[in-house]
Amino acid sequence: MTPKLRLSGVAKSFGAKPVLRDVSFDVAAGESLVIIGGSGTGKSVTLKCILGLLRPDAGRIEVDGADVTALRGAALARHLARFGMLFQGGALFDSLPVWANVAFAVPGSARSRRAAALETLARVGLGSEVADLRPAELSGGMQKRVALARAIAVAPEILFFDEPTTGLDPIMADVINSLIRKLVTEQAITAVTITHDMASARKIADRVAMLYDGAIIWHGPREAIDRSGNPFVEQFVAGRAEGPITMAVRRG
Amino acid sequence: MAVLIPLVHALVAIGGAVISVFASIGRLVRFAATALVRLATPPWYPARILEQMLVIGWFSLPVVGLTAIFTGSALAQQIFIGGSRFNAASTVPAVTVIGVVRELGPVLGGLMVAGRVASAMAAELGTMRVTEQIDALATLRTDPFRWLVAPRLVAAVLTLPFLVLVSNALGVMGGWLLATFRLGFNSAAYLATTARYLHVDDVVSSLVKAAVFGFIIALMGCYHGYHSSGGAAGVGRATTNAVVSAFILILLANLVITVIVFAS
Repeated sequence: MTPKLRLSGVAKSFGAKPVLRDVSFDVAAGESLVIIGGSGTGKSVTLKCILGLLRPDAGRIEVDGADVTALRGAALARHLARFGMLFQGGALFDSLPVWANVAFAVPGSARSRRAAALETLARVGLGSEVADLRPAELSGGMQKRVALARAIAVAPEILFFDEPTTGLDPIMADVINSLIRKLVTEQAITAVTITHDMASARKIADRVAMLYDGAIIWHGPREAIDRSGNPFVEQFVAGRAEGPITMAVRRG
Repeated sequence: MAVLIPLVHALVAIGGAVISVFASIGRLVRFAATALVRLATPPWYPARILEQMLVIGWFSLPVVGLTAIFTGSALAQQIFIGGSRFNAASTVPAVTVIGVVRELGPVLGGLMVAGRVASAMAAELGTMRVTEQIDALATLRTDPFRWLVAPRLVAAVLTLPFLVLVSNALGVMGGWLLATFRLGFNSAAYLATTARYLHVDDVVSSLVKAAVFGFIIALMGCYHGYHSSGGAAGVGRATTNAVVSAFILILLANLVITVIVFAS
């Protein structure tokens, strides 16, 4: 069966610095893949390559079996329209009120867009009282919820979550994780989440992959994460300072 | 052979610098061309254009107007002092109107707007870049060039000529105020001489300069902001670069237009 998303040998460098060397993985339709890995391992770059915001130096990216590696212009715009993305910092537009952020890509009159925004805000647990506030007036957790509402407002086929719980307290992080899991399960959306938060990974993932040194070094079902047999994964999951990852950093 | 090594190093350094300059020019031209191509095709965002016209035009009026009045007055005073040495103090209205309309109105207006607007554009777009808001636009079915860059270019090109018209009028008025209330000129005679020496070509060249300066201001603000990187420090660098490059390009464009229009 053709996977919803397939990456084969994707590589990307910035100047002389290789960030991705050989990234390959599949995501089935309706599946939630969580990519774990330390800071600076290329997780965000991977997502931006899939979206077409960055062009890989090598490799192939497919959505529903079609090559989308080097799209431009209208084809890239059509490709992007299939995705929703929750950015790490929310990336809400400061100059617009909450409702206009949520309804940004929703077509129609101002009245119908506002109604759609309120409905979507309700889906992430926010009431109409926040609709006219500016993003800067919201707490970090509420900003994440608004950003999540904006990502799902246009019913994307594939959702990306970039560090969805960064900067949140554990309780708010669990609220966001639960929302993501609920959305992915109820609407059978294909989701890719990148995080270094293991609580988030355990809650959101159907499958987990670990990105290290520019390549996927392990992947498997969520339940297998604690018995991976991979010393890099074991160290990362346990959050230990000692281990091969630390050694690699020291070598660098 | 060893003597040649420093020479080779010097040539490599010079070549690298030249390539870097041409690469920068190429990136800027490509950025401008992309924005212009987007302008030629829908969707357009008229509400965004009007919003930018308000920001660039209306909110720049006080600073441009005050600059024009003070500069026009100072120019009239200097012409009076200088002209008196050659028994030519009566040239104050003629030289003031030519100086203001041909040069000071558009150039000072352009520089003041560049200081206010190019910096604001670079800071806003730069902040949007480093907080991933520009990437977010792309994922929300919106072309960042159409949403952010094109409206600013259109608004600046349309608005600067109106600002410069106001600047010219206030500059001439500043000269008239000083000449009549301080230097003892007859008001009606001053205004009649001003009207006699003000030619349509002067006004047209002034407006053409203003439109070109508007394009430069918006282009520099958007270009440096759009390519900002490196957090708050990067946004600061983008803002500085936008203002400095806009200033230099405005002065260069002014020289080129002046030579083309008036040298003949």
